[in-house]
Amino acid sequence: MEITTRALWTLIHGMAFGGLYLLACSGALLGLYQFTTSSTAGEFTPGQNRFMRIYLITMVVVAWAAVLSGAYVIYPWYRAAPPPGTFDLSMFPQHLLMSSPATIDWHSLGMEWKEHVAWLAPISITMVAFVFIRYGHHLRNHRQLRAAVLVFSLGSLVAAGIAGLFGAEIDKHAPVQGGGTIQFGPGGAK
Amino acid sequence: MKTPYNAGRSESPALTNGSGAAAIFSAGIGCFVLAVLAILADKSALVQRSLVFYKPTGPLSGVTTVAILVWLVTWGILEWNWRKKTVPAGRISALALALLVLSLVLTFPPVGDLF
Repeated sequence: MEITTRALWTLIHGMAFGGLYLLACSGALLGLYQFTTSSTAGEFTPGQNRFMRIYLITMVVVAWAAVLSGAYVIYPWYRAAPPPGTFDLSMFPQHLLMSSPATIDWHSLGMEWKEHVAWLAPISITMVAFVFIRYGHHLRNHRQLRAAVLVFSLGSLVAAGIAGLFGAEIDKHAPVQGGGTIQFGPGGAK
Repeated sequence: MKTPYNAGRSESPALTNGSGAAAIFSAGIGCFVLAVLAILADKSALVQRSLVFYKPTGPLSGVTTVAILVWLVTWGILEWNWRKKTVPAGRISALALALLVLSLVLTFPPVGDLF
Protein backbone atom coordinates (compact mmCIF):
# COMPACT_ATOMS: atom_id res chain seq x y z
CA MET A 1 0.00 0.00 0.00
CA GLU A 2 1.50 3.31 -1.00
CA ILE A 3 0.54 6.95 -1.30
CA THR A 4 2.29 9.94 -2.85
CA THR A 5 3.24 12.85 -0.61
CA ARG A 6 0.94 15.17 -2.57
CA ALA A 7 -1.98 12.77 -2.15
CA LEU A 8 -1.17 12.50 1.56
CA TRP A 9 -1.23 16.29 1.91
CA THR A 10 -4.55 16.38 0.07
CA LEU A 11 -5.86 13.79 2.51
CA ILE A 12 -4.64 15.82 5.50
CA HIS A 13 -6.18 19.00 4.07
CA GLY A 14 -9.51 17.47 3.07
CA MET A 15 -10.14 14.80 5.66
CA ALA A 16 -8.11 15.69 8.73
CA PHE A 17 -8.79 19.44 8.61
CA GLY A 18 -11.80 19.96 6.35
CA GLY A 19 -13.71 16.84 7.34
CA LEU A 20 -13.04 17.32 11.03
CA TYR A 21 -14.17 20.93 10.79
CA LEU A 22 -17.45 19.97 9.11
CA LEU A 23 -18.10 17.34 11.77
CA ALA A 24 -17.31 19.80 14.53
CA CYS A 25 -19.64 22.47 13.10
CA SER A 26 -22.85 20.65 13.92
CA GLY A 27 -21.64 20.07 17.49
CA ALA A 28 -20.67 23.71 17.83
CA LEU A 29 -24.07 24.90 16.62
CA LEU A 30 -25.87 22.68 19.11
CA GLY A 31 -23.51 23.55 21.96
CA LEU A 32 -23.71 27.28 21.28
CA TYR A 33 -27.48 27.16 21.08
CA GLN A 34 -27.81 25.26 24.36
CA PHE A 35 -25.23 27.40 26.13
CA THR A 36 -26.58 30.74 25.05
CA THR A 37 -30.34 30.18 25.17
CA SER A 38 -30.63 28.40 28.50
CA SER A 39 -32.76 30.51 30.82
CA THR A 40 -31.60 28.73 33.94
CA ALA A 41 -28.50 30.31 35.42
CA GLY A 42 -26.19 27.76 36.99
CA GLU A 43 -27.15 25.04 34.55
CA PHE A 44 -23.62 24.75 33.20
CA THR A 45 -20.51 23.90 35.21
CA PRO A 46 -17.12 25.62 34.78
CA GLY A 47 -15.93 22.34 33.26
CA GLN A 48 -18.60 22.46 30.57
CA ASN A 49 -17.80 26.09 29.88
CA ARG A 50 -14.09 25.26 29.59
CA PHE A 51 -14.87 22.35 27.28
CA MET A 52 -16.89 24.60 24.97
CA ARG A 53 -14.08 27.14 24.86
CA ILE A 54 -11.49 24.49 24.01
CA TYR A 55 -13.86 22.99 21.43
CA LEU A 56 -14.25 26.35 19.66
CA ILE A 57 -10.54 27.19 19.84
CA THR A 58 -9.77 23.78 18.31
CA MET A 59 -12.25 24.56 15.53
CA VAL A 60 -10.49 27.88 14.88
CA VAL A 61 -7.12 26.12 14.61
CA VAL A 62 -8.54 23.40 12.34
CA ALA A 63 -10.31 25.94 10.10
CA TRP A 64 -7.17 28.02 9.60
CA ALA A 65 -5.08 24.88 9.07
CA ALA A 66 -7.54 23.77 6.37
CA VAL A 67 -7.46 27.01 4.36
CA LEU A 68 -3.73 27.64 4.79
CA SER A 69 -2.74 24.09 3.80
CA GLY A 70 -5.15 24.31 0.89
CA ALA A 71 -3.91 27.66 -0.40
CA TYR A 72 -0.20 27.33 0.24
CA VAL A 73 0.53 23.59 -0.05
CA ILE A 74 -2.01 21.99 -2.39
CA TYR A 75 -3.25 24.84 -4.59
CA PRO A 76 0.23 25.52 -6.08
CA TRP A 77 0.36 21.86 -7.21
CA TYR A 78 -3.19 22.15 -8.55
CA ARG A 79 -2.58 25.28 -10.62
CA ALA A 80 0.96 24.47 -11.82
CA ALA A 81 1.38 25.23 -15.52
CA PRO A 82 2.53 22.37 -17.76
CA PRO A 83 5.63 22.94 -19.89
CA PRO A 84 4.84 23.70 -23.56
CA GLY A 85 4.14 20.57 -25.57
CA THR A 86 2.93 18.50 -22.60
CA PHE A 87 0.29 15.99 -23.69
CA ASP A 88 -0.18 14.08 -20.44
CA LEU A 89 -1.86 16.59 -18.11
CA SER A 90 -2.41 14.17 -15.22
CA MET A 91 0.18 16.02 -13.11
CA PHE A 92 -1.51 19.39 -13.79
CA PRO A 93 -5.06 19.11 -12.37
CA GLN A 94 -6.32 22.59 -13.31
CA HIS A 95 -5.20 22.21 -16.91
CA LEU A 96 -6.51 18.65 -17.03
CA LEU A 97 -9.97 19.87 -15.96
CA MET A 98 -9.86 22.76 -18.43
CA SER A 99 -8.87 20.50 -21.32
CA SER A 100 -12.34 18.97 -21.62
CA PRO A 101 -15.81 20.58 -21.90
CA ALA A 102 -17.08 17.78 -19.66
CA THR A 103 -14.85 18.82 -16.76
CA ILE A 104 -14.07 22.52 -17.28
CA ASP A 105 -16.79 23.68 -14.87
CA TRP A 106 -15.18 21.75 -12.03
CA HIS A 107 -12.48 24.39 -12.29
CA SER A 108 -14.27 27.51 -13.56
CA LEU A 109 -17.17 27.12 -11.14
CA GLY A 110 -16.07 24.60 -8.50
CA MET A 111 -12.51 25.62 -7.74
CA GLU A 112 -13.14 29.33 -8.38
CA TRP A 113 -15.90 29.28 -5.75
CA LYS A 114 -14.17 26.92 -3.33
CA GLU A 115 -10.86 28.79 -3.22
CA HIS A 116 -12.59 31.96 -2.02
CA VAL A 117 -15.67 30.85 -0.09
CA ALA A 118 -13.61 28.54 2.13
CA TRP A 119 -11.99 31.56 3.82
CA LEU A 120 -15.34 32.72 5.20
CA ALA A 121 -15.27 29.70 7.55
CA PRO A 122 -12.16 30.56 9.61
CA ILE A 123 -13.05 34.26 9.73
CA SER A 124 -16.55 33.45 11.00
CA ILE A 125 -15.55 30.79 13.51
CA THR A 126 -12.73 32.96 14.91
CA MET A 127 -15.32 35.65 15.62
CA VAL A 128 -17.71 33.10 17.12
CA ALA A 129 -15.01 31.72 19.43
CA PHE A 130 -14.00 35.22 20.52
CA VAL A 131 -17.55 36.28 21.31
CA PHE A 132 -18.25 33.06 23.20
CA ILE A 133 -15.07 33.33 25.25
CA ARG A 134 -15.80 37.00 25.97
CA TYR A 135 -19.46 36.57 26.92
CA GLY A 136 -20.02 32.88 27.68
CA HIS A 137 -23.37 32.23 29.29
CA HIS A 138 -24.01 36.01 29.38
CA LEU A 139 -24.81 35.79 25.67
CA ARG A 140 -28.32 34.81 26.67
CA ASN A 141 -28.72 38.44 27.78
CA HIS A 142 -27.64 39.75 24.36
CA ARG A 143 -30.24 38.41 21.95
CA GLN A 144 -28.88 40.16 18.83
CA LEU A 145 -25.28 39.09 19.45
CA ARG A 146 -26.43 35.54 20.12
CA ALA A 147 -28.44 35.43 16.90
CA ALA A 148 -25.49 36.78 14.91
CA VAL A 149 -23.10 34.25 16.45
CA LEU A 150 -25.44 31.37 15.59
CA VAL A 151 -26.00 32.58 12.01
CA PHE A 152 -22.26 33.12 11.45
CA SER A 153 -21.67 29.57 12.76
CA LEU A 154 -24.20 28.33 10.23
CA GLY A 155 -22.55 30.45 7.52
CA SER A 156 -19.23 28.91 8.45
CA LEU A 157 -20.74 25.43 8.05
CA VAL A 158 -22.20 26.35 4.65
CA ALA A 159 -18.89 27.83 3.44
CA ALA A 160 -16.91 24.81 4.63
CA GLY A 161 -19.53 22.49 3.13
CA ILE A 162 -19.27 24.14 -0.31
CA ALA A 163 -15.47 23.97 -0.16
CA GLY A 164 -15.52 20.34 0.99
CA LEU A 165 -18.04 19.23 -1.62
CA PHE A 166 -16.19 20.79 -4.54
CA GLY A 167 -12.82 19.76 -3.13
CA ALA A 168 -13.85 16.11 -3.02
CA GLU A 169 -15.33 16.19 -6.53
CA ILE A 170 -12.40 18.06 -8.05
CA ASP A 171 -9.96 15.61 -6.50
CA LYS A 172 -12.01 12.76 -7.94
CA HIS A 173 -11.91 14.18 -11.48
CA ALA A 174 -8.34 15.49 -11.40
CA PRO A 175 -6.41 14.28 -8.35
CA VAL A 176 -3.31 16.08 -7.18
CA GLN A 177 -0.54 13.59 -7.82
CA GLY A 178 3.21 13.34 -7.67
CA GLY A 179 5.96 13.86 -5.17
CA GLY A 180 7.69 11.05 -3.33
CA THR A 181 5.98 7.79 -2.56
CA ILE A 182 5.28 6.66 0.98
CA GLN A 183 4.92 2.91 1.42
CA PHE A 184 2.84 1.30 4.14
CA GLY A 185 3.41 -2.36 4.99
CA PRO A 186 5.59 -4.93 3.18
CA GLY A 187 3.32 -5.11 0.10
CA GLY A 188 2.95 -8.16 -2.17
CA ALA A 189 -0.13 -10.18 -3.15
CA LYS A 190 -1.73 -12.70 -0.81
CA MET B 1 -19.83 17.88 43.10
CA LYS B 2 -20.35 20.15 40.14
CA THR B 3 -20.17 23.88 40.73
CA PRO B 4 -22.76 25.91 38.88
CA TYR B 5 -21.10 28.03 36.20
CA ASN B 6 -22.78 31.27 37.19
CA ALA B 7 -22.74 30.73 40.94
CA GLY B 8 -21.45 33.76 42.79
CA ARG B 9 -21.28 35.90 39.68
CA SER B 10 -24.56 37.67 39.95
CA GLU B 11 -22.86 40.77 41.34
CA SER B 12 -20.40 41.11 38.43
CA PRO B 13 -21.06 44.18 36.27
CA ALA B 14 -23.12 43.53 33.14
CA LEU B 15 -21.07 43.20 29.96
CA THR B 16 -21.78 45.81 27.32
CA ASN B 17 -22.50 44.57 23.82
CA GLY B 18 -19.83 46.75 22.13
CA SER B 19 -17.05 44.18 22.08
CA GLY B 20 -19.26 41.46 20.61
CA ALA B 21 -20.73 43.85 18.04
CA ALA B 22 -17.21 44.92 17.01
CA ALA B 23 -16.19 41.29 16.43
CA ILE B 24 -19.37 40.49 14.50
CA PHE B 25 -19.32 43.59 12.29
CA SER B 26 -15.63 43.28 11.46
CA ALA B 27 -16.11 39.60 10.52
CA GLY B 28 -18.85 40.68 8.10
CA ILE B 29 -16.57 43.35 6.64
CA GLY B 30 -13.67 40.88 6.30
CA CYS B 31 -15.84 38.37 4.43
CA PHE B 32 -17.25 41.08 2.15
CA VAL B 33 -13.82 42.55 1.35
CA LEU B 34 -12.61 39.08 0.42
CA ALA B 35 -15.53 38.60 -1.99
CA VAL B 36 -15.07 42.05 -3.57
CA LEU B 37 -11.32 41.55 -3.98
CA ALA B 38 -11.92 38.15 -5.58
CA ILE B 39 -14.17 39.81 -8.17
CA LEU B 40 -11.74 42.69 -8.75
CA ALA B 41 -8.83 40.28 -9.21
CA ASP B 42 -10.90 38.37 -11.75
CA LYS B 43 -11.90 41.50 -13.70
CA SER B 44 -8.75 43.60 -13.69
CA ALA B 45 -5.35 42.37 -14.85
CA LEU B 46 -3.70 45.19 -12.89
CA VAL B 47 -5.41 44.23 -9.63
CA GLN B 48 -4.70 40.57 -10.33
CA ARG B 49 -0.97 41.23 -10.79
CA SER B 50 -0.76 43.45 -7.73
CA LEU B 51 -2.37 40.76 -5.56
CA VAL B 52 0.20 38.09 -6.35
CA PHE B 53 1.98 38.05 -2.98
CA TYR B 54 3.16 34.46 -3.35
CA LYS B 55 3.64 33.36 -6.95
CA PRO B 56 2.78 29.63 -6.64
CA THR B 57 -0.60 30.54 -5.10
CA GLY B 58 -1.21 33.47 -7.46
CA PRO B 59 -3.67 36.32 -6.74
CA LEU B 60 -5.47 34.20 -4.13
CA SER B 61 -2.56 34.94 -1.79
CA GLY B 62 -3.14 38.69 -2.04
CA VAL B 63 -6.94 38.53 -2.01
CA THR B 64 -6.96 36.58 1.25
CA THR B 65 -4.05 38.39 2.91
CA VAL B 66 -5.54 41.84 2.25
CA ALA B 67 -9.00 40.71 3.38
CA ILE B 68 -7.58 39.26 6.60
CA LEU B 69 -5.62 42.45 7.27
CA VAL B 70 -8.70 44.62 6.66
CA TRP B 71 -10.73 42.34 8.97
CA LEU B 72 -8.17 42.42 11.79
CA VAL B 73 -7.49 46.15 11.56
CA THR B 74 -11.22 46.93 11.46
CA TRP B 75 -11.76 44.62 14.42
CA GLY B 76 -8.99 46.31 16.39
CA ILE B 77 -10.34 49.80 15.69
CA LEU B 78 -13.95 48.89 16.49
CA GLU B 79 -12.95 46.96 19.62
CA TRP B 80 -10.99 49.96 20.82
CA ASN B 81 -13.92 52.30 20.25
CA TRP B 82 -16.86 50.11 21.26
CA ARG B 83 -15.52 47.81 23.98
CA LYS B 84 -17.05 49.73 26.86
CA LYS B 85 -20.11 50.99 25.01
CA THR B 86 -23.60 49.78 24.38
CA VAL B 87 -24.18 49.99 20.64
CA PRO B 88 -27.25 49.29 18.45
CA ALA B 89 -26.37 45.61 18.18
CA GLY B 90 -29.51 44.70 16.25
CA ARG B 91 -28.70 46.97 13.34
CA ILE B 92 -24.98 46.15 13.44
CA SER B 93 -25.63 42.39 13.51
CA ALA B 94 -28.17 42.67 10.69
CA LEU B 95 -25.64 44.56 8.58
CA ALA B 96 -22.92 42.02 9.37
CA LEU B 97 -25.23 39.13 8.44
CA ALA B 98 -26.15 40.89 5.20
CA LEU B 99 -22.44 41.24 4.40
CA LEU B 100 -21.89 37.54 5.14
CA VAL B 101 -24.75 36.48 2.85
CA LEU B 102 -23.53 38.88 0.14
CA SER B 103 -20.05 37.38 0.46
CA LEU B 104 -21.39 33.85 0.00
CA VAL B 105 -23.33 34.99 -3.08
CA LEU B 106 -20.60 37.20 -4.59
CA THR B 107 -17.95 34.49 -4.40
CA PHE B 108 -20.20 32.26 -6.56
CA PRO B 109 -18.51 32.69 -9.98
CA PRO B 110 -21.68 33.16 -12.13
CA VAL B 111 -22.68 36.06 -9.84
CA GLY B 112 -19.20 37.56 -9.88
CA ASP B 113 -19.25 37.37 -13.67
CA LEU B 114 -22.25 39.72 -13.78
CA PHE B 115 -20.01 42.66 -12.90
